[in-house]
Amino acid sequence: MEITDLTAASLGKKIKAGALTAEDAVRAACEQIRRLEPVLHSFITIDEAGALSQAKAVQEKIESGELTGPLAGVPIAVKDNLCTEGLRTTCGSNMLEHFTPCYSATAVNRLREAGMILLGKTNMDEFAMGSTTETSYFGATNNPWDLACAPGGSSGGSCAAVAAGECFCALGSDTGGSIRQPSAFCGVTGLKPTYGTVSRYGLIAYASSLDQIGPIAKDVTDCAMLLDVIASWDAKDSTSMLREPCDFAGALGEEAAHLRIGIPVNYLKEGLDPEIERAIQEAGEALAKRGAVVEEFQMGLADYAVSAYYIIASAEASSNLARFDGVKYGHRAEEVLNLHEMYKKSRSQGFGPEVKRRILLGSFVLSSGYYDAYYLKALQARALIKREFDRAFASYDVILSPAAPTPAPRLGESLQDPMQMYLNDVYTVSANLAGLPGITLPWKLNRKGLPIGVQLLGDCFQEQKILRAAYVLEQSRVFPACPLAKSDRIKESGEGTVR
Amino acid sequence: MKQYETVIGLEVHVELDTKTKIFCSCSTAFGGEPNTHVCPVCTGMPGALPVLNQKVVEFAVAVGLALDCSITRYCKFDRKNYFYPDNPQNYQISQLYLPICRAGGVEIETEAGKKTVGIHEIHMEEDAGKLIHMEGENCSLVDYNRSGVPLLEIVTEPDMRTSMEVVAFLEKLRSMIQYLGASDCKLQEGSMRVDVNLSVREAGSTALGVRTEMKNLNSFRGISRAIEKETIRQIQLLESGRKVVQETRRWDDALEDSYVMRSKEDARDYRYFPEPDLPPVRVDEAWLKEIKARQPEFREEKRKRYRKDYGISDYDAGILTETKAMADVFEKAAALSKLPKKAANWLMGETLRLQKEHHMEAKELPFSPEHLAELVLLTESGAINSTVAKEVFEEMFLHDVDPGRYVEEKGLRTLGDEGELRDCIYRILEENPKSVRDYLNGKDRALGFLVGQTMKATKGQADPEKVQQLLKEILQK
Repeated sequence: MEITDLTAASLGKKIKAGALTAEDAVRAACEQIRRLEPVLHSFITIDEAGALSQAKAVQEKIESGELTGPLAGVPIAVKDNLCTEGLRTTCGSNMLEHFTPCYSATAVNRLREAGMILLGKTNMDEFAMGSTTETSYFGATNNPWDLACAPGGSSGGSCAAVAAGECFCALGSDTGGSIRQPSAFCGVTGLKPTYGTVSRYGLIAYASSLDQIGPIAKDVTDCAMLLDVIASWDAKDSTSMLREPCDFAGALGEEAAHLRIGIPVNYLKEGLDPEIERAIQEAGEALAKRGAVVEEFQMGLADYAVSAYYIIASAEASSNLARFDGVKYGHRAEEVLNLHEMYKKSRSQGFGPEVKRRILLGSFVLSSGYYDAYYLKALQARALIKREFDRAFASYDVILSPAAPTPAPRLGESLQDPMQMYLNDVYTVSANLAGLPGITLPWKLNRKGLPIGVQLLGDCFQEQKILRAAYVLEQSRVFPACPLAKSDRIKESGEGTVR
Repeated sequence: MKQYETVIGLEVHVELDTKTKIFCSCSTAFGGEPNTHVCPVCTGMPGALPVLNQKVVEFAVAVGLALDCSITRYCKFDRKNYFYPDNPQNYQISQLYLPICRAGGVEIETEAGKKTVGIHEIHMEEDAGKLIHMEGENCSLVDYNRSGVPLLEIVTEPDMRTSMEVVAFLEKLRSMIQYLGASDCKLQEGSMRVDVNLSVREAGSTALGVRTEMKNLNSFRGISRAIEKETIRQIQLLESGRKVVQETRRWDDALEDSYVMRSKEDARDYRYFPEPDLPPVRVDEAWLKEIKARQPEFREEKRKRYRKDYGISDYDAGILTETKAMADVFEKAAALSKLPKKAANWLMGETLRLQKEHHMEAKELPFSPEHLAELVLLTESGAINSTVAKEVFEEMFLHDVDPGRYVEEKGLRTLGDEGELRDCIYRILEENPKSVRDYLNGKDRALGFLVGQTMKATKGQADPEKVQQLLKEILQK
């Protein structure tokens, strides 16, 4: 077994036991990155030198007994919308191509405190707006299971990197499914925590009331352990929650005897890939076999979620992205006559088409005369959707559903029809509107060899329940490792260079 | 010409006197080197988030209570979106839908009588940075020190009719806010900014005319002049058959005139929406009670009470209550010395003189009420004479000395031993036979000279009245 095949938990154990060092882990990951990046392109910035020097320092602290956490010494990749002091943070945009933050996000600091080693910054849809990672200014990421396919998005870089063994786990952000959907497409496990569980301080905002940082990993255990590292109340984020101390990794048990699982059948309708529909049924049966009560139910208001989401997210984005105007932040256009022209040219040149589309949409729905009809209506729909979930969670602990209606699309397929791309978010956006935690884990491969994931949603602050259910599912299935991650395949793809 | 009535409403911005900014822990101190009081939050760094300063809410509630407003127990912040380089995020965090205070009123008194000016609302918001335009250079610079300094915006109802009413309202508002310690309210320095909304209508009409908004008013005098000028401008427009256009105008103090800044057509759509980075603010019963309990007695009540309790004239009471600092020192010194009028005299006389001489502000009282009371008692008991008292007060004022200790150390106590003083006088009379003869020959002036000599010999410690009395007594023998 190669080092890069290890899960974060088992790597951490080996490092703790002295069988491997943090430097060994970093070198192995960098070797994998060097070999795979030319075909995958999951990173925007790789910090090999920084990672090696962190590894040295961390290793010393592990040996001196100063660092004792289970993930100390484990290399991790971070989505490029999380601020990292001294390391450029681009949000996948021309706007921020040269932006180096003067501070680190709270979540990044938590990783460092746990002794985890930052390898680099992963590719993403520009400002997290997109479902394929194709809107990145730095070019698309390829799906490690089929390089002609998209990895999903917007955290496509993080998910592809984990699947391909370029890192042992990663952080992503999820505003409307940006962790869960690409995790399903890349065959990895990704969790969006309850809104307020992980501090957003230092996460470059797309839609503040929906954004949440979360872990992306090789299995449920790693996901839970990484969540234990990053979950924290933060005085710097007024929307972060002071939660009861909880041990997410400790919540995993093999039994599902007490769990009530609901499958919203009206979600599984027209437009859903039949293989994915079957996967949901199979997952339900697997849970039932392990003692869970599995029932089908009707989930109301599902049809309004996507519209409400795109109105609210775009509205907030139009304001959050206003600071990128070439004055203090963002690309500044050359040769301008006055301030107005500087704004216009800088923003026209700095933003890509998807970002512009959402800024325009968001500005429109907040404009006087339209606010009540669109934005206010969307807020009302949001409140009603939350109520529907409250009703559902009165009867069920966990809702089992797909993460996306299709497997990974082929590159270039989605961007031609933005409306269709938006509609494909139907299974993930509700959780953000309602603030709920959700996890996606791989269930099986479809006939074409692409991963199919299943999604489990829980009530607010009930991560333990979805983690337990996910763990049971994980124990019930056999899912292969991504062939691209295997070293013999890598050698065939030739040497690459770290950019 | 028809009779017209002027209708005026105000928007008053007040910079709150908190130690730190509204959404971060940077200092609010005025006048630092550019961009030295800044952090990721107040420079709008991508990813940074605001955290509300509780003190801002307390000041807002306290001002709201003083202005008889109802306090919004569940209030929210909203974003006001507009592009301008002094605001690093291109949006201002403010309040639109649920401001902290609403529906209040302030009673004012002018020559025309008493009336109540309604308060429409008070909301909390952040200040912007400052643009510095480089002379002769093709660029402008931004100083973000002021970015994120907390502001209250107080919006009145259109209840004022004259510049006198406006000034009376502003003076009372300023006094209350100063008494609360919420702001120093300096118009010149911009810690209080007043925008005047003004329209005119035919006398007797109840409909409102088209209004203009006047900005850049830096003094009460400027405000009065602007109101008078704008009233005339609008009446002239109407009289000549033209219309008043809704617009924002800028007052030029030097020209004593205003010009158009922007018209209604340029009005921005601020695209307000609820600030998603800040949870709603709940003002619970306990917190409200706590703030209420801390509300001070304001100037008007104090003035009344001083007349009643201390028998001090209204004019004097006005001086003593001009600042809360002065009123506090006075009340304490009065209570300690039980001689309110004597304490008042020091505050209205020597204190104001020395403050003026040393270019100090009215609220700067560099001595304690305990020391003032001690000085009053020393003088009253005759332990020191009035000349010495003035010297002691000046020392107290400039160097914060303890008056009792200072008098002892310098040996300034009035000579209490009559025998000692008599001996001294006999010596002076022996040394000045000519003056003695002159006095006995009826030259009263000679007595003054002998008093002076005695005072000189006693280094000023004798009570001059006592000296004069003893001299007369001895010389008559």
